[in-house]
Amino acid sequence: MVNGIAIAKDYKYGFSKPEKYVFKSKKGLDRSVVEQISEMKNEPGWMREQRLRALEIFEKKKMPTWGADLSSINFDDIFYYIKPTDSQKKSWSDLPKEIRETYDVIGIPEAEKKFLAGVTAQYESESVYHSFQKQWEDKGVVFLDMDSGLREYGDLVKQYFGKAIPSADNKFAALNSAVWSGGSFIYVPPGVSVDIPLQAYFRINAANMGQFERTLIIVDEGAYVHYVEGCTAPVYSTDSLHAAVVEIFVKKGARCRYTTIQNWSSNVYNLVTKRAFVEEEGIMEWVDGNIGSKITMKYPSCYLTGRGARGEILSLALADAGQHQDAGGKLVFLAPETSGEIISKSVSHSGGRTSYRGLVKVIKSAERVKCNVRCDALILDERSRSDTYPTMQVDEDNVHIGHEAAVSKINADQLFYLTSRGLSEIEATSLIINGFIEPIVKELPLEYAVELNRLIQLNMENAVG
Amino acid sequence: MLRIANLKVSIEGKEILKGIDLEVGFGQLHVLMGPNGSGKSTLAQVLMGSSQFTVHSSQLRFNGKDLKKLTPDKRARLGIFLAFQHPVEVPGVSVFNVLRRAKQAISGPVSGSSHPTSSTKSNSERKQQSPGSLRALAGTPSAAATRGLSAFRQELLEYALSLKLSDDFLRRSLNEGFSGGEKKRSEILQMMALSPKLVILDEIDSGLDVDGLKLVSSAINQFRFNNPRSSVLLITHYARILKYLKPDFVHVMVDGKIVKSGRLSLAREIENKGYQAINF
Repeated sequence: MVNGIAIAKDYKYGFSKPEKYVFKSKKGLDRSVVEQISEMKNEPGWMREQRLRALEIFEKKKMPTWGADLSSINFDDIFYYIKPTDSQKKSWSDLPKEIRETYDVIGIPEAEKKFLAGVTAQYESESVYHSFQKQWEDKGVVFLDMDSGLREYGDLVKQYFGKAIPSADNKFAALNSAVWSGGSFIYVPPGVSVDIPLQAYFRINAANMGQFERTLIIVDEGAYVHYVEGCTAPVYSTDSLHAAVVEIFVKKGARCRYTTIQNWSSNVYNLVTKRAFVEEEGIMEWVDGNIGSKITMKYPSCYLTGRGARGEILSLALADAGQHQDAGGKLVFLAPETSGEIISKSVSHSGGRTSYRGLVKVIKSAERVKCNVRCDALILDERSRSDTYPTMQVDEDNVHIGHEAAVSKINADQLFYLTSRGLSEIEATSLIINGFIEPIVKELPLEYAVELNRLIQLNMENAVG
Repeated sequence: MLRIANLKVSIEGKEILKGIDLEVGFGQLHVLMGPNGSGKSTLAQVLMGSSQFTVHSSQLRFNGKDLKKLTPDKRARLGIFLAFQHPVEVPGVSVFNVLRRAKQAISGPVSGSSHPTSSTKSNSERKQQSPGSLRALAGTPSAAATRGLSAFRQELLEYALSLKLSDDFLRRSLNEGFSGGEKKRSEILQMMALSPKLVILDEIDSGLDVDGLKLVSSAINQFRFNNPRSSVLLITHYARILKYLKPDFVHVMVDGKIVKSGRLSLAREIENKGYQAINF
């Protein structure tokens, strides 16, 4: 508990350590920067070619204008690659002191003791710390940073990389494909169940630095894995860009859960593409929490390709002053008897804005699909805003699809009741919000749930004070 | 301890309380009766600090402190507790979570290290204070504050048991899906847990069957036994709960005014003849 408070405070006020880098690319993006990144990483030729093709696509594609306002992003004013230390570190004590201190504030070592099977802590563009418990290695589970994954499992990476999300998917997927660095590579062999969550932490710690991690997860037949990523960032005055790509392949009868809590500082553009392909009887679960950033656009997707596949998307968004959380999910039903659910809970306050944006698509012949969408928005004051943009494309008649949406405000009777029990108005409000998002928070690992509750209270204190 | 003088209250320009005078001393049980719409519940909410009413010129003092400017949480911290007539549902927030925070706000930290000597002392205190069957209902606020979170949970579980609330009660969302009787017993459980100095029970007897009424009454009696200086203002429409409780004073409120005060016999009179028959 005491730890939790310390974490929340530091999250809020941000903490940044002196920058200490081995290599920093020049600002802005062109062919030479991409070539330099590829060369620094000593990559195979196919990846270099893929990067350069992606760059061309990025340059041709227009900025998306259908969602949040992205007009202030200046692509020429961003560092696209920074390499913080000279080599991969294996043990905690080998890490540079300032990085260790930063992670101590987030609480990684303790979390590791309790919950983790392995940690990939990404500092700037590259994973610097990587540990993995032997028991999983013995079972053939691979959990590496993406750069190492490419080096050590080149053929596997080549087979899947960019197959769920091609470079041409959208402008930011193209950007990521051109300049990606770090992220995680996970392979779980058939029938292996990784029953402790694998965790990774991402941070941005340099002004104007974009972070373009790339994650690829392959869960082979009948296997199970839960991957958890948490993002925090110190507060900086200039804008930063975070454009990640996450590709997941859930094989027959396999199951994958991917949990994200992002708490980027309020100057970060967080534009992430996440997609899973789910085969027969497979299950994909996205638990996606968005607290920070200036603008987030993120719609985790499930493409249900095999009979009986299931996709679940739990989306949580909190928008404070100056923030726009444009979040939601996409379910694409491509086979009979597939099922899915999207549950979205959003809270906006102090002038913040949340949008639910979702897609439900059922192709002809995908019979007996069952799908349920529920989005609830809580708006705390008159200055704040929430919108819903659901899209349905259903080409099959024999389906069950439900959609519910509700917008609510904090109830005065609830506030009176809780304050009559001695809780301050701030504490009561926080508690009501925590209760509102509880259906999603209860799906988070305990430490995240505790942190989140603390963060909400802190947000409320700042909203009032 | 509570002193109300010439209390006038309105809502949206309509006067509901038209000059209430009431004094409640330490350890007393006052019963406030009256027909529907007489303003009883308004008085309860105004005492707790509800912001939906406008309080006009009046005196409202609790242990010498002026209540008028205090928000509900500050009043709760002074030791005022309201058992609501219609407790509101708070989805996703457990009974335990609310009570833990409430206890902390009112009596100081619940968690934290429990000092061995103080916990020994509190145990012996408990034994001395409470020989009755509901021994668990004892526990002074200061003692509870030092015993730590798990001890607090244990205490609550014992209260829940004594009120015939289920094992998982503390984990349930506050008032969500509770039956009418469960809501009332939950309010009483909260009263027990927070050991307030002034308890306002707003129609605690409505929605209770005979067994529930007995349970709640016996809990109120036990509470008064364990907290001899705490006072109770019980608001009710019917006299039936007075079969189990012995009030020091009975007041009758009609149309925003206390029209008659007396002893238990006044309640009997109302029960037999109805409000209309009372000679004001």
